Amino acid sequence: MYQYDNYDQTMVEQRVAQYRDQTRRFLAGELTEEQFRPLRLMNGLYVQIHAPMLRIAVPYGLMSSKQVRKIAEVSRKYDKGYVHFTTRTNFQLNWPTLESVPDILAELATVQMHGIQSSGNCIRNTTSDQLAGVSADEIEDPRPWCEIIRQWSTFHPEFAYLPRKFKIAVIGTKEDRAATQLHDIGLHLVKNHEGKTGFEVLVGGGLGRTPILGQVIRPFLEKKDLLSYLEAILRVYNRLGRRDNKYKARIKITVREHGLSHIRELVEAEWVHIREQLLLDDKEIARVKQYFTEPAYEASAADDVSFVQMQAEDANFARWVKQNVVDHKVAGYKIAYISLKAPLVPPGDVTSDQLDVVADLADEFSMGEIRSSHNQNLLLSDVKQGDLYALWLRLQAEGLATANINTMADMICCPGLDFCGLANATSIPLAKEINERFDDLDYLYDLGDIKIKISGCMNGCAHQSVGHIGILGVDKKGEEWYQFTLGGSSEADASLGERLGRAIPKDQVVDTVVTLLDAYKELRHEDELFLATVRRVGIDPFKERVYADN
Amino acid sequence: MQIIKDREIVEDNWLHLDDEAELVAGKITVSLNRWQEQHETLSKHEGDLGLRLTGEDPLEEIVPDLASFSLIVLIFPAFTDGRCYSFARLLRDRYHYTGEIRAQGDVLRDQLFYMSQSGINSFELANPEQMENALTAFNDFSESYQTTALKPEPLYRRR
Repeated sequence: MYQYDNYDQTMVEQRVAQYRDQTRRFLAGELTEEQFRPLRLMNGLYVQIHAPMLRIAVPYGLMSSKQVRKIAEVSRKYDKGYVHFTTRTNFQLNWPTLESVPDILAELATVQMHGIQSSGNCIRNTTSDQLAGVSADEIEDPRPWCEIIRQWSTFHPEFAYLPRKFKIAVIGTKEDRAATQLHDIGLHLVKNHEGKTGFEVLVGGGLGRTPILGQVIRPFLEKKDLLSYLEAILRVYNRLGRRDNKYKARIKITVREHGLSHIRELVEAEWVHIREQLLLDDKEIARVKQYFTEPAYEASAADDVSFVQMQAEDANFARWVKQNVVDHKVAGYKIAYISLKAPLVPPGDVTSDQLDVVADLADEFSMGEIRSSHNQNLLLSDVKQGDLYALWLRLQAEGLATANINTMADMICCPGLDFCGLANATSIPLAKEINERFDDLDYLYDLGDIKIKISGCMNGCAHQSVGHIGILGVDKKGEEWYQFTLGGSSEADASLGERLGRAIPKDQVVDTVVTLLDAYKELRHEDELFLATVRRVGIDPFKERVYADN
Repeated sequence: MQIIKDREIVEDNWLHLDDEAELVAGKITVSLNRWQEQHETLSKHEGDLGLRLTGEDPLEEIVPDLASFSLIVLIFPAFTDGRCYSFARLLRDRYHYTGEIRAQGDVLRDQLFYMSQSGINSFELANPEQMENALTAFNDFSESYQTTALKPEPLYRRR
């Protein structure tokens, strides 16, 4: 993975010093709350209902074991001994004090971590595919490009006060595991008809109040032109994006109001001027790529027979392998998901002690690296198949071997009313209730891949509008109600869910999920997955059943 | 009044004229509106002339006139309104404007570094009492990854 040189290290250290002084001036009354707000946000600090919340960036979801140990240490020392992983592969501390944040950031800087631009109206952490570099169907590893974008977007002087937040995601496969169509800019590494690799560029995707899927602004962009094209889009947006209404300020609205073809004209006209100046050198591309070369895989790993044997001997292990282990591009190696969706634990939460174990396991079994995924899970990406049983036993001892990846229990959920100042309704307790009702794993396996996403308000942090089942908390005269959508998807076949009907009171939410699943089981053809059934029959049969009773 | 210019506190005697105020001799700035309406009169102005722009103004339209101005004032109605950062970049990089570019309005210490990297070189602070302290802002970072108005080459070419 990428390693800081002196330039990178100096910049994060200067950032800590800058923020320490800003915090001091705020506490001394020299900065007003309003003046301090964007400064703290651009260092990851929100102020929530119960306590401040600090979001730390995990660039494109990649962490070293050393970093994970530091996360464990910091969360123990400054927080309550756990952290929360987000859908943008970052993590959050839920209970730090405002005064301690400069110290936390100073500690994180010692392991090349930071909260820079993890919030605020600026270019956020660039995300990617959690299987980058290890999946067989990859056109090219997206991570070097993510790192190039990270550096370009970090402290970009022109784009620190954009109309609204700005998110970029990059993938190198046809399959979309990073929800790129829901980003302000989505970048797909593709081959053109000449066989040359470049980027397909999407613009204007986003969730929140007005979910919109990104559209192709340029079908093919040469790799050396990446930064100039991004800069052109950002400059057009910075000048044109609405600043009068924060709900209309995202680039998706700019694109909708001006039309894609007009935006394309403006971007291309801008690009012509800056293309030469920002041309990426081969030398720089090679410099960054050298940090993402393949590790020394052992050919003998494929000779192992214990992997198959242990699955035959231990049904629980076999179940975990089936659900949580996926194929690696190198024979003999596997990718193991560590589910952060254990029953009764808020989705995405992991304790400091568990993090220490994960770091040890990464050192022992997976080249010392850990990844975080868009679905709020962790993974070890380079495990020899012969090591999987030993790994599983250790994970099980720590409560980290829940075999529910991509089942309905693998829910995405925002912090909700319990933690967030914006929320209208709770979300984590609902996820818990759903998990309690569906605690039979065999039943979950039978249901197959169902993605439930629960957000506590219109901001849609859990991406409910692209959930197979989306649940959105709304406030009705001080009471918590929930709006259901069906048939959304954030993958390559992305679509926005359709509204099921009027909102449902809190005490009927779990029953509604049961009704929907019963309907699916009746309506499905053999192995048809939930999403396919909804797409085939439409939402009416579901609607009839849910609203028949009341 | 005092302002920060080229990283120093200096005395400043530019007069920012309202659209209704009578023209006077000496160093004056006018709005884009007034410049467009009184173009001929103002072209004969004795003394230095400056132009005030907001993020709403059509920057490209005044490019042919840039030589008439020794000062361009960029107005920040709120420090969170980042449009004029792009104006500054374009004035320096694309239109090769070499005169003074000044930030006016909600101009605070914590935005000075980015403003200066974007090409703004003088600042009328919203809190003039913080001027002395604000001078340190230009040294918040010793490097920038990007091509900026102050560093025409990105960091990767210096690595």
